[in-house]
Amino acid sequence: MEIEHGALVYFSKFYGLIYLLLLSTGVLVYTFWPKNKKRFDYAAKSILTEEDHPHA
Amino acid sequence: MIQQLTKFERRFGLVISVLVAGAGLTLIGMSEDGLLAIHGTIILAAGFIAALLTGGTIHEPEPDAKRLESYYDDPIKFGIIVSMIWAVFGMFMGVWVATLLAYPEWTFDAAWSSFGRLRPVHTTGVIFGFGGNALIATSFHVMQRTSRARMADQLSPWFVLLGYNLFCILAVSGYFMGITQSKEYAEPEWYADIWLVIVWVAYFALYMRTLARRREPHIYVANWYYLAFILVVAVLHIVNNLAVPVSFGHIKSYSAFSGVQDAMTQWWYGHNAVAFFLTAGFLGMLYYYLPKRAGRPIYSYRMSIIGFWGITFFYMWAGSHHLHFTALPQWVQTLGMTFSVMLLVPSWIAAANALLTLNGAWGKVRDDATLRFMFLAAVFYGLSTFEGSFMAIRSVNALSHYTDWTVGPVHAGALGWVALITFGSFYALVPWLWKREGMYSSKLVEVHFWLALSGTLVYVFAMWNSGVIQGLMWRTYNESGALAYSFNESMVAMHPYYIARAIGGLLFLAGAVVGFYNIWKTTKMDTVQSSVPSGDGLIADDASHSR
Repeated sequence: MEIEHGALVYFSKFYGLIYLLLLSTGVLVYTFWPKNKKRFDYAAKSILTEEDHPHA
Repeated sequence: MIQQLTKFERRFGLVISVLVAGAGLTLIGMSEDGLLAIHGTIILAAGFIAALLTGGTIHEPEPDAKRLESYYDDPIKFGIIVSMIWAVFGMFMGVWVATLLAYPEWTFDAAWSSFGRLRPVHTTGVIFGFGGNALIATSFHVMQRTSRARMADQLSPWFVLLGYNLFCILAVSGYFMGITQSKEYAEPEWYADIWLVIVWVAYFALYMRTLARRREPHIYVANWYYLAFILVVAVLHIVNNLAVPVSFGHIKSYSAFSGVQDAMTQWWYGHNAVAFFLTAGFLGMLYYYLPKRAGRPIYSYRMSIIGFWGITFFYMWAGSHHLHFTALPQWVQTLGMTFSVMLLVPSWIAAANALLTLNGAWGKVRDDATLRFMFLAAVFYGLSTFEGSFMAIRSVNALSHYTDWTVGPVHAGALGWVALITFGSFYALVPWLWKREGMYSSKLVEVHFWLALSGTLVYVFAMWNSGVIQGLMWRTYNESGALAYSFNESMVAMHPYYIARAIGGLLFLAGAVVGFYNIWKTTKMDTVQSSVPSGDGLIADDASHSR
């Protein structure tokens, strides 16, 4: 089967655009979803603890 | 150290060692060209030593179960020391190749010391030897602390570290003998490449298994960056190194790609090596050690997430800017250029996030050289990503490509960003890991800081000047439309800058030697009983305030 150069270019330009737009939307929604804020704030502070042993 | 491994792990380690030694023997047996036999001998020796170490302790009793109540730090300590050894070696080679450009007679008339062989020894030594070991060691530390879980087992971290260093040794020793597949930053030949795949899969598995044991609901963002580094480097390495050996007894192989496809694959690999080896992993370091040392949470956790996805998905497309004005289709060049410019956004998100975290703690940055290392790393990260994006623009590239202007920002990134964040992280990590009051000498940390900064500045300014002059001389025409300068004339004009570059590199190397000495002396100091990470004594107080 022969894949035309033009078809490949069309595919990458068209679906490349769509998937990057979808990905960006997804990332922004996840990042700014209000419910996630608490979890992010907790994570940011969690590393500052002074204990140095694994939890059971 | 080996007694810490369980009996099963020691036995399993022995089996692996024997297999490695067997692989070395096989290579010697199959060798048609002497060179492969030399590398087979190195592999055999590595397997033999590992077998002696594991086999010699095979009848020792099981280790104390109490070990499971603490993190597994032995491999991290090993990784830090090895990383510093590679730093000194790799930077020394860098100074040597820099000197060769000013004084070519310094090859001493030997084949092994020609520029073409020494240069990859330098790049592999610093990127993979120094940077790679630092990444592996710190990732072992970060993954355990942020997960509040001990590593999944005790054998695989050793397999990863020792196996990785075997790869580095094969690579570097090969260059001296002229073994290379001539792909920049992917020079090692097929057998070494296969070995790295095995090591890397074990690394990825160890990381995932440790994360699966985590006692925190959310995976801290530094882990995302480390994981992106591990996963993408695996993909890049496998695809770019697809090759067919001449025969199984021959070191030489032929790439599966040819012509412009080969070039595109190579620079897709090459630029993503910058992105995921030299950026993503070190951003993981930045996002853990900088907030930790400053005693403040990262300025915006949300920004770190957006920056992460931006970096991972934009970088993938940027590689073609290495091939401006080549046979590569114009639209692919434009695509690479556009994504490179867009990359400025997530890159500056990371740099700004680091600097804003320090905003309000400038007193600490002034007093604490360790934190200053990290601060300066973030500044250089911002600078070099700006320049990278700028130089990817086709019309700018017309002036800068093939000149020293490229070498300048690369070293602003490698010295100013990658090396400084590593040294900063090591100075924070070493007293903590070895349970010391602080570094052996905070004065020497200062000395290292100023040597590193002045070395980087001398280096970068020399290359800016030399690169722009070079680019201009190459494109200056006289009245009759011919080139005004010969290539030789541009070489003569570069000479003073090449000397300055070697001096800059020498300063940076001196800093690394001081750092290695300081770290070594710290490991020989007395242990303090408290498990509190005190840094240099400054930070313990501050950290408790901010909680």
